[in-house]
Amino acid sequence: MSASPPGVLAAALAERLGQRARWRPIEIAFWVAAVASVFLLPGKHIILAEIAILALFALSLDLILGYAGIISLGHAAFFGFGAYCAGLFAKHHLINEPVLALGAAGLAAAALGFVTSFLVLRGSDLTRLMVTLGVALMLREIANRFDELTGGADGLQGVGIAPVLGSFAFDITGHVAYVYALAVLAILLVLARRLVHSPFGLSLRSVKGNALRASAIGIPVNARLVAIYTVAAAYAGIAGALLTQTTAFCSLDVFSFERSADLLLVLIIGGTGYLYGGLIGAVIFKLMQDWLATMTPQYWQFWIGLLLVAIVLVGRERMSRWLDAARGLVRLR
Amino acid sequence: MPFALETVGLSRHFGGISAVGDVSLRVETGARHALIGPNGAGKTTLINLLTGVLDPSAGTIQLEGRDITHLAPHRRVGLGLARTFQINQLFGDFTPLETIGLAVSERLGHGGDWLRVAGSRLGLNQDIAGLLEKFHLVDVMHERVSTLPYGKQRLLEIALAVACRPRVLLLDEPAAGVPEEDRHEILASVAALPEDVTVLFIEHDMDLVFSFARRISVLVNGSLFTEGSPEEVARDPRVKAVYLGEEAVDG
Repeated sequence: MSASPPGVLAAALAERLGQRARWRPIEIAFWVAAVASVFLLPGKHIILAEIAILALFALSLDLILGYAGIISLGHAAFFGFGAYCAGLFAKHHLINEPVLALGAAGLAAAALGFVTSFLVLRGSDLTRLMVTLGVALMLREIANRFDELTGGADGLQGVGIAPVLGSFAFDITGHVAYVYALAVLAILLVLARRLVHSPFGLSLRSVKGNALRASAIGIPVNARLVAIYTVAAAYAGIAGALLTQTTAFCSLDVFSFERSADLLLVLIIGGTGYLYGGLIGAVIFKLMQDWLATMTPQYWQFWIGLLLVAIVLVGRERMSRWLDAARGLVRLR
Repeated sequence: MPFALETVGLSRHFGGISAVGDVSLRVETGARHALIGPNGAGKTTLINLLTGVLDPSAGTIQLEGRDITHLAPHRRVGLGLARTFQINQLFGDFTPLETIGLAVSERLGHGGDWLRVAGSRLGLNQDIAGLLEKFHLVDVMHERVSTLPYGKQRLLEIALAVACRPRVLLLDEPAAGVPEEDRHEILASVAALPEDVTVLFIEHDMDLVFSFARRISVLVNGSLFTEGSPEEVARDPRVKAVYLGEEAVDG
């Protein structure tokens, strides 16, 4: 036995393990800035709502990529499924109240996530890329085929969204849309935080780090992967439902490959495995897109491409050092 | 009383090659049982079969009288079978504290708990503290595992298996690659394992084998060659021939 009695050490361990889950000043600053934007940038609420939705979508991908090591090129499958669910709920007056509809769309996407999770359990990153891509493409074509239900290539028309909680009607300025999307993002981030700092979250990181050893200490690797994939699908579905509700429209491009690929870019820009990567990435990506599209309306994607190549080639090492530094501020070393 | 671990006709083929062939091995409860044999004899393959990393081509495995032949690896851990790896299999970006905490929390069935903050159970933390002290890991418990010296990683490798509180523990070359000055820590921790824990271990270090084992099985070309007490095996001229002839035959 060393100098410290086990009881004292145990208390110190609790302290140390718990520290990771504590709110860091920079996180609080992030949310203060987000709330401030509601009051200080009233003219920007439409794009801010888009950013919040993209951020939630990216947070969803971070849960599987950053914490469980599952790469996906078809995460739009769940986004799109949630989007169409929300659209159909509203159009056919199945669930009128948006918050309830959002929850239902999330559950529907979770069910889809659960079923398709078994396809990504096995295999390498490459297999997972192909399988997830394939699932998204299939869903898109299914939505295209059943056009009497989904509107096919014309998109889902005539979606009327009721006021949020019965009292806040969506408006042309995007005020309600932004506050609504931001609130949903905040709630789901708090939940995700809870999840990744729990024993469950720790076990996910172990599976990502070394699945062979994880199973050798009794962790049901597949069950954990199914669980997080299902949760992430729900998050993505809720993000998709938010898009439908805030725009009162839904088209096939919610399933598009570009949407899944952009999402990976967002997460690469922001960094994975610390929850805020998707949020920060979404802000940078959308603002960059907005700014470049204004400067060079036709060729803006060229500049995005160039920037990404530069990020990846020139600054890989440096970037990760910055990210580590940022991470150190956000969470405990 | 059933054996702690028993295999009957256990075999595993890779294509046409038989890595383990018709191995019937009995490990008694509380045993200190060594598994030795030349390189390529199939020792690690046998461990992989016992722990469920590989599926056997034929044969059965019983853990304390219960058939576990087709059980998933994590289920076997739940039944009290844990192992270490010949080459460290650790979580590089974890700290030793998190590593042990993970295993203890999983053993207590809290691994799926997603609402509680890790580290908020005091009883569990005392368990973790005890293990960190026993394996001399307290002073490095907040460092990243990938930056630890090899000897400490090796200790953590064993501590992680012990954290599962196994009744049968399989050690795959616990002292492999450990520098001389750290060896005594490894040996002492292996020697200090509770008496009622059954230990089956692979080792090339004959000092360790003969100081620690009370029973030895010799595996050659995937089959059990002979078995006996350390004295019997040491006297057996055929075992000597296998080891001395290893270079000529095995290449």
